[in-house]
Amino acid sequence: MITARVFVSLKPGVLDPAGKAVNHGLHSLGFDEVSSVRLGKVIELSLEERPDAAERLEAMCQKLLANTVIESYRIEWPEKEG
Amino acid sequence: MAFDVAVVTFPGSNCDADLRWAVDNTAGLSARAVWHKSPDLDNGGKRPDAVLLPGGFSYGDYLRCGAIARFSPVMKAVVEFANAGGPVLGICNGFQVLTEAGLLPGALLSNRDQKFICEMVTLGKEGRDTPFTAGIPTTLRIPIAHHDGNYFADEDTLARIEGEGQVLFRYLSESGERVAGAAPNGALHDIAGICNAAGNVVGMMPHPERASDAALGSSDGASLFGALQSFLENQ
Repeated sequence: MITARVFVSLKPGVLDPAGKAVNHGLHSLGFDEVSSVRLGKVIELSLEERPDAAERLEAMCQKLLANTVIESYRIEWPEKEG
Repeated sequence: MAFDVAVVTFPGSNCDADLRWAVDNTAGLSARAVWHKSPDLDNGGKRPDAVLLPGGFSYGDYLRCGAIARFSPVMKAVVEFANAGGPVLGICNGFQVLTEAGLLPGALLSNRDQKFICEMVTLGKEGRDTPFTAGIPTTLRIPIAHHDGNYFADEDTLARIEGEGQVLFRYLSESGERVAGAAPNGALHDIAGICNAAGNVVGMMPHPERASDAALGSSDGASLFGALQSFLENQ
């Protein structure tokens, strides 16, 4: 088995009200150095190792894990990349 | 005989019974519940005359609103029905399911103010004629009830649907005027409802079934079901 992590977040330019609220909260706490916050989600998958694993994960992202109309995604393989 | 209107129930749908009531309350239409696990929409081997996807929180809105419902067994039949030109209406969560399924352009984001909004709104009806909107009043009072109704599409898509008359409903000011930013949820161009390029698939955030009898405070929503009945009769 191998682990893959998919980071999904709203595309730049798409309004992220939750991120804005967190940004506001940080400012209230005095962390004025923060200029913007974007919220997203991390999806961790345990997968069978197979030669086309990367290709298939790409398809999973396109078909279900992200809605590419509004979201972008990034894939990490922590065990492969060290 | 009354026209057969299939109303799909997903796990977490909560407006399906109201929707069936509103359909049955329309002379000439008869509602039929279809469970999401059904492999088809048929009634004893016969295709329905129209398909409605109700509001609610299908699959707990997990991952994204409508994202999981889109893969329910029955959705394959809904996509086939839509692609064959059959009239399909998605309301609220049903609208989200239709965008996730790629049957309607764009997506529904969280409301701008991060709040669930439940209130009566004034809608302007425009755009081309569809099976659900031909001949209905140009101003309607219909309630919304959602957390993720903030319509989004990229600029090219917005320009296309505006140009093709695919914007069917827009939020207006309470007195019924077109005011930029009237959408309580932050929707781009104040869009509350749209249709596909062919005009047979319609999605809207407001709930016509909740405004389908004077006792509910407005019966304006009933006009959509009346429009469907007229459309089917004249087919």
